[in-house]
Amino acid sequence: MVDSTIVLNGQTIAYTIYAIVVLIFMAWFAVKITSSGKAGVLSNKLFAVLVILLTIMGVSLHIATSNTIPWVKYDLHKSAHTPDKTVSITVKDHEFILPENPLVINLEELVLFDVKSEDLTYGFGIFRADNTMVCQMQVVPGHKNELLWKFEKPGKYTIRSTEYSGPKGHQMILKDVLIVKE
Amino acid sequence: MSFKDTFLNGEQGAFKPDGLTPMQKLALRFVVVGVLYYGLASIEGMIMRAYEITPIPGFDAEHFFAILTAHPLVGIFGSSYSIVFGAFLFLVPFLMNKPLWSIKMGNWSFVLVAVGTITFWGSAFVSHYAPLYTLYWPLPADFSQFSDIGGAVFILGIALVMVGTILFVINIFKTIAYTPEGAEKVNGRAMLASATGFSWKESIFRSKKKRREHLVSLPVAAIARGTVDTALNALIITFTGVLILVYMVAHIMGFDLKDTAIDALLYKNWFWWGLDLIADGLVLIFVAGTWYLLATLITGKDLYMAKWARLALWVEMVVSWTVWSHHLLADQAQPVILKVVSGEFVTAFELITQGLAFFITLITLWSARPLKMTNPLKFLLGGLTGFGLAVPAGIIQADLGLNRILHNTQWIIGPHVHVAILVGLTMTLFSAVYYLLPILTNGAKLYSQKLADFHFWAHIIGGVGMGAFMGMAGMKGMLRRTIYYEGEYNIYMILAGLSGALILLAFLAFLYNVIMTLGVNGLIGIFMPSKLKTKDLLPPEE
Repeated sequence: MVDSTIVLNGQTIAYTIYAIVVLIFMAWFAVKITSSGKAGVLSNKLFAVLVILLTIMGVSLHIATSNTIPWVKYDLHKSAHTPDKTVSITVKDHEFILPENPLVINLEELVLFDVKSEDLTYGFGIFRADNTMVCQMQVVPGHKNELLWKFEKPGKYTIRSTEYSGPKGHQMILKDVLIVKE
Repeated sequence: MSFKDTFLNGEQGAFKPDGLTPMQKLALRFVVVGVLYYGLASIEGMIMRAYEITPIPGFDAEHFFAILTAHPLVGIFGSSYSIVFGAFLFLVPFLMNKPLWSIKMGNWSFVLVAVGTITFWGSAFVSHYAPLYTLYWPLPADFSQFSDIGGAVFILGIALVMVGTILFVINIFKTIAYTPEGAEKVNGRAMLASATGFSWKESIFRSKKKRREHLVSLPVAAIARGTVDTALNALIITFTGVLILVYMVAHIMGFDLKDTAIDALLYKNWFWWGLDLIADGLVLIFVAGTWYLLATLITGKDLYMAKWARLALWVEMVVSWTVWSHHLLADQAQPVILKVVSGEFVTAFELITQGLAFFITLITLWSARPLKMTNPLKFLLGGLTGFGLAVPAGIIQADLGLNRILHNTQWIIGPHVHVAILVGLTMTLFSAVYYLLPILTNGAKLYSQKLADFHFWAHIIGGVGMGAFMGMAGMKGMLRRTIYYEGEYNIYMILAGLSGALILLAFLAFLYNVIMTLGVNGLIGIFMPSKLKTKDLLPPEE
C-alpha cells in the first residue's frame, strides 16, 4: 500500500532529477549565449507548445496525485467514508488532552481524529519513531478539525504540534502516545 | 591610489556625490539601506541556523522566535521593498521620459520604510514580541505570551512601512498619469488603464489595422501591475494591524476584549489573501518585468513575444488575487471547493505565467548571442535559475495529497521560499543593482571584478545548497518554526549552515566592493541633500 514514505521518496527522486536538469540546462545556456554563433529564427509555434506543456504539467500533477495518493479521497469525499473509530482530542494552553494514554488503534482501521482547540491555532501531526511525518492538519479554534487516516504499518507514533503557537508551543510533543496494533 | 584613499573616496576617486541629482540620491539611498537590511536578515538567518544545530548559550527560545518573526519582515520590507522602491521610482520616470511626480514623497517613502523596519525589528529584539508574520488569530493578541506595549510598537513599525508603501504606490501611479509642466496633455485615466492592463483586449482581440498602441512600455506595465498588488497588500496589512492594535490598546488600558469575536478561519483567509499578494503577486510580477527590462537592455533587442508577455503579466495579477487558498490546504474546515479551485488549479497557473516569463527572457537573450558575460547578465541568469527551481517546488506543495505531508516542513521554506527569494529575487535585484550602478553614480568604477565574481558564485552555490539541504530535512519530517534539541537533523542543518555561511560571505564581498567603489565619503554624501536643484533624473552633460 502507498504510505507517506513512498510518496515522499517518489517526490524526492522526481524533484532531484528536475533540479539537476534545470541546473545543467542553465549552465549550458550560459555557455552557449556567450559562445560565437548566431541564433536561428525561433518559430512562434514553439511558444504555443510551451503554453500547452506548462498547462499539462500543472494540471496533471493534481490529477495524478488524486488518483494515486490514498488520503486525497478522504479529503475530497469525507462524507462518503464512515470511520471505524473516532479519537477526540482537545488542545488548550499548549497541551494536547487525549481521551486515553496511550491511544490504541488497529492496523487498517479508518480513524477520525477530531481535534478541537480552545484557544490558539495549533497543528496536529503524527510522526514515526525516525521523526518522519505520517500526516498532519491545522487545528483552528472555533472550527471542526477532522482528519481521516488509515495506518499502514504497526508501531509507536508521536504526536506533536505542527504549527507555531508562540514560544510556549515548540515543546508540544507527546512521544510514542499512539500505538498501532496488528 | 592608496588603500586609505580608495576606502575614503572610492575607486580612482571617480564617484562624486556632489554631482548627483536628487533623483539619483533618492534611488541610491533606498538601495544602500536595502542592502544593509539584507545583511541584517542574513546575519539573523545564520543565528537561527546555528541555533537549529545547537542552542546558543545566552539565547533563549523566546529570542529565537523573536528573530524568526522579524527575519522575513526585515528581508521583505527593509531590504526587498527598499531596493525595489528605489529602482522603480527611478525607472518609471526614466522609461517614460518625464520627472517623478514627487521627489519629496519619494524621500518620505524611504524614511518611513527605513524607520518602520528598525522600529518593528527593535521591538521584537527588546520585547520578544513573536507572533510570526502569519499572525494567526488570536496569537498576536495573546498577552499571556507577549507584551502588549512591545506588540503595539511592533505594529506601529509595520504601520510606518505600510504608510511609506502607500506613498510609493501614489507616486508611481501619479507619475504614470500626470502631465509635466509644458508638455502635451496626456489622458491620465487612459495611461493608467494601459499600464494596469485593463485595456489589454484592445491589443489582443482587435485586428492589426484597428489595434491601438500601448500607451506605456512593457516594463512600466509590469511595475504598474505589481504596484496594484502592493497597494492591495498594504491595505490588508494596515487594516489587520489596526484590528490587532485595538486589542492591544484595550489591554494596555485594562480591558480584555473577547478574541472569539473574530473568526480565526475567516481571519486566516482574509490575511493570507493579502499576504499572498506579496509572495504570489507583486514579487512574481516585478521580477518578470525586471527580467524583461534587463533582457532588452542587455541585448539591445526587442522582447520576444512582447504582447503575450504583457498579457501574461495581467493574468499573473488576476491569478494573484485568487490563489491564497493554497496556504490553507491543511485547514480541514476550509471548503473543499476553495482548496481545489484556488489552492490547486488556479495556483497551477503560476507555473504557466512564470514559465512563460522564464522562457521569453531566455529566448530574448538567445536572440542576441554571442553576449558578453557581464555582471548584470550572470546575476540575471542566477535569478532565472532560482525561479526555475522554486516555482515548481511551490506547485508541488500546493497539492492536496502532498501538502498533507509537506505543510510547515523545511521543504516549504527551503526549496520553495528561500530559493525563490535568495536565489530568484535577490539575484535579479543584484543584476539590476550592477546594471544601474554606473547610471546612478555618474560612472563610478567598480573596485574589483574578482569580488563581483566571488559574490555571484558564493551566492548561487550557497543559496541553492541551503535550499536543497533544508528540503532534504523537510522530506525527513523536519518542521519549520520550531527548535530541535536532540540533534535530530544536525547533518542537514550543518550543511545548510555552511551554505548559509557562503551566502553571508558573498554579501560581505559585495558590501566591501561597494564601499571601495563609492568610498565612505561617497556613501555618506548620498545621504546629504543634493546641490543640484533639478527634477531631471541625470545631471546635465558637461
